[in-house]
Amino acid sequence: MAAIITLSLLGIVLLYIGLYKAKKALLPTTLIGLLVALGFEICDWGKEAVPLFHGMVIFDHFALSFSILCILLTALILLLSKAYFSAISTNIAEYYCLIVFSLTGALLVNAYHNFAILFIGIEIMSVALYILAGIRRKDLYSNEASLKYFIMGAFSTGFLLFGITLLYGATGTFDLSGLRQYVVDTPQGISPLFYAGILFMLVGLCFKVGAAPFHFWVPDVYDGSPILITTYMSTVVKVASFAAFLRLFDYVFAALNDFWTPILLAVIVITLFVGNISALMQTSFKRMLAYSSVAHAGYMLFAILSLGANSASGIFVYAVAYSLSSVVGFGTLILVKKYNGSDQFIAFNGLGKSNPLLAVTLTLAMLSLAGIPLTAGFIGKFMMFTTAMNDYHITLLLLAAVNAIIGVFYYLRVIVHMYFKSAEEGTTPFVMPLNFKMVFVIAAILTLAVGIYPQCLIGLF
Amino acid sequence: MDNLFILLLFPTLSAIVLSFVKSSSLARGFGLGASLVQLALTIPFVCAFIPNAEVQFEQALPWISTLGISFHIGIDGISLPLVLLTNVLIPLIILSGFRKQHTGSFYALILFMQTGLLLVFTALDAFSFYVGWEIALIPIYFICALWGGPDRIRVNLKFFVYTFLGSIFMLIGIIYLYQQNPNKDFEWTSFIHLILSESEQRWLFWAFFLAFAIKIPILPFHTWQPDTYTNAPAAGTMLLAGIMLKMGVYGLIRWLIPIVPAGVAAYGSLVFVLCIVGIVYASIIAFQQQDAKRLIAYSSIAHVGLISAGVFAWNTTGLQGAILQMVNHGIIVVGLFFVIDILEDRTGTRLLDGLGGLADRMKKLAAFFLIIIMAGIGLPLTNGFIGEFLLLKGLFQVHVWAMAVAGLTLIFGAVYMLRLFQKTMLGPMESKYGAVKDINGYEVLLLGVVVILIIVIGVYPNALLRLSEASVTRLVQQISF
Repeated sequence: MAAIITLSLLGIVLLYIGLYKAKKALLPTTLIGLLVALGFEICDWGKEAVPLFHGMVIFDHFALSFSILCILLTALILLLSKAYFSAISTNIAEYYCLIVFSLTGALLVNAYHNFAILFIGIEIMSVALYILAGIRRKDLYSNEASLKYFIMGAFSTGFLLFGITLLYGATGTFDLSGLRQYVVDTPQGISPLFYAGILFMLVGLCFKVGAAPFHFWVPDVYDGSPILITTYMSTVVKVASFAAFLRLFDYVFAALNDFWTPILLAVIVITLFVGNISALMQTSFKRMLAYSSVAHAGYMLFAILSLGANSASGIFVYAVAYSLSSVVGFGTLILVKKYNGSDQFIAFNGLGKSNPLLAVTLTLAMLSLAGIPLTAGFIGKFMMFTTAMNDYHITLLLLAAVNAIIGVFYYLRVIVHMYFKSAEEGTTPFVMPLNFKMVFVIAAILTLAVGIYPQCLIGLF
Repeated sequence: MDNLFILLLFPTLSAIVLSFVKSSSLARGFGLGASLVQLALTIPFVCAFIPNAEVQFEQALPWISTLGISFHIGIDGISLPLVLLTNVLIPLIILSGFRKQHTGSFYALILFMQTGLLLVFTALDAFSFYVGWEIALIPIYFICALWGGPDRIRVNLKFFVYTFLGSIFMLIGIIYLYQQNPNKDFEWTSFIHLILSESEQRWLFWAFFLAFAIKIPILPFHTWQPDTYTNAPAAGTMLLAGIMLKMGVYGLIRWLIPIVPAGVAAYGSLVFVLCIVGIVYASIIAFQQQDAKRLIAYSSIAHVGLISAGVFAWNTTGLQGAILQMVNHGIIVVGLFFVIDILEDRTGTRLLDGLGGLADRMKKLAAFFLIIIMAGIGLPLTNGFIGEFLLLKGLFQVHVWAMAVAGLTLIFGAVYMLRLFQKTMLGPMESKYGAVKDINGYEVLLLGVVVILIIVIGVYPNALLRLSEASVTRLVQQISF
């Protein structure tokens, strides 16, 4: 809880710093604040977790680990922000403050134990992002992204709220323990309202994680928002949404899986194919990453489809792998776009020669996304496949294998452009700024570390 | 020094150091040195190996204990010849690249690949096996795509995706076996004792077979191979043909057949026929090739077809022949590709029509080349003879007609191999090649080592055969179908 309070205060402090025009202090203050919050989270580790504040929130290992991941990712992303925000806007305090507020929401989503907190958390997390997506006011695409995100976000929140209402109608409670008790006590006479509620919750959450056929906002919003905001959306927001998804289905709806498994199965298959095939068609690296993030949502849903002892650790490892690679991918895009002026694949030509470190770290990130051994992505995929095998979804696994192969095509395309094609005429080699180097190396080392010795993460749960 | 981990650790560490070396002369010295040290490190294991059926030098570390995965490696009679082959060939392959200026990353990739290969040949845990299987692919992809021929990007994408396709289905097979395993681990010993229904074994057979068949490659899955070989740099081709395709055959012996014997009983004869058809088919195509490298690529399909047929014959003779011939083929093919590489370097072409009569100018090369060709054909006193003899004897025990058709390989092999020699070395020489230089220095050294190995194994094959005999005998007794 201390972490959430710290972050809320940090947001307000940042606003004041902005007011007094102390621009240089913004980044250090934010990072220190994040570290303090991180410290509080780590201090809570190992303590017995009971729902706090009349069952509103719970800080169990599940919540803490996902919160720590969110904070670390935010810190990595903000490290990239040096000189990024000031290049596109004059009021940069807003960025930091909004991101920190959004992170506060994400932490609440990770730790909710009551639908009220789930709803409030998702709103805090999203409202800040509606603004951030459209923060380049004069850019048409940014405005489009913001509008789309807002409308789709409001729409999905509507589904979520309606689902919550229906569940409340059936059970008379917002509390997860109460809902679980209802499912356990009345295995036969579950109200139709409750089933309808599950369906609406499922749709609402699928919107949030960007699973097909509820994914249509993803490519345009990711494409139109400033790249750094896209990075934040595709990592922290997605991780938190998955944490919420898993907590709800694991803790409350697990016993009713006969009802929702077929629906989720259909969602997963559609997500995998739509995400991968669309990603294959892209010529823009940014849109490719957007669709690949849809595809990865499909893999992560495996853990929810086959709930088991390793679901939580599986989804966590996958989230770590996916987020680290995304940070590197989008980070590279920031540099390429800045110096080569384009986010197409051809803008990556010749990077292998001109920027070896950048090329190696991006290659590692792409291999991790493709699921090649010794990277974190492989362990994530392996755990997801193992979980799905628990329930003998062999057909699903075969389809997933086909998708993994499609994935290889477009991830390798980046590598091909970097190493095997020479730079376009008129592009000048650039030097990687120090903060980028730092973030990329950290991400690469973590990707390898998790890939080689994943027990350190899996053992957490 | 008798810890098997050191064989995996040393090339990895060398590769990491090498990837930072920029100077090409330093890199080649370091690369060769590291691979020779690795070879020296192998010797204690060969000396201490007791030729019985037991797995020796076993090492196991808990890896992902939550899922029952351990890093479990060990050597028995079947893996030892291949470990030895890998560690002998890698220095030769590094040596073969000395003509060109390469930075450290080239040698680093070769050494990194060595780790993957050795992990495949020593793994006793299916997860470790899969990891080795996949990480051997990444370096070879980069070697072929960075230093390859004109069509390298398209061809290597096909190669990568093709092999990845095979292995991802194998991964699903492995996970399924894990799910069935009451011990909840990935151990080889647990997997071969699993009780699986026949229908399970039938689909598992294809899940595993696809991965191995693509790597080997067995007839309908071979389409990636000629293009990839032709467009790869010499070192890449040697790695692919010399060592990497043995991963597939080894996989058949170690994993596929012991785990799903009923699946093999159902489909084994189909595969057996495919292998034999592949021998004839690839040989006939090899006749007509103009490009020398492509010719050897097809001859390689024919040779491994025979080896795989020997494996599916599943008797001691056939398996012994297969293991011996895997080693032989590795040695011969490295020699052949190196000769072609020298010819291409000297004359600027690999096309047979543009060559001829070079024996006049390159006397030493012609002598070495002839011995290697003879070994490829399977002439007595060369290593190729013993391997092919045992393989054909093994096939004979299954079916006499199988042996008869597969035996055509001896005749076909003679035709295309001698044609290769004749078109390059004999006949009238074009005047523009009047100034080509004969081989010298490290080239003589490399070909000399190859020829010595060919003759030593040809004269005294028992040195290798006795290593694997006990393991093979026990495996055949244990698993029958």
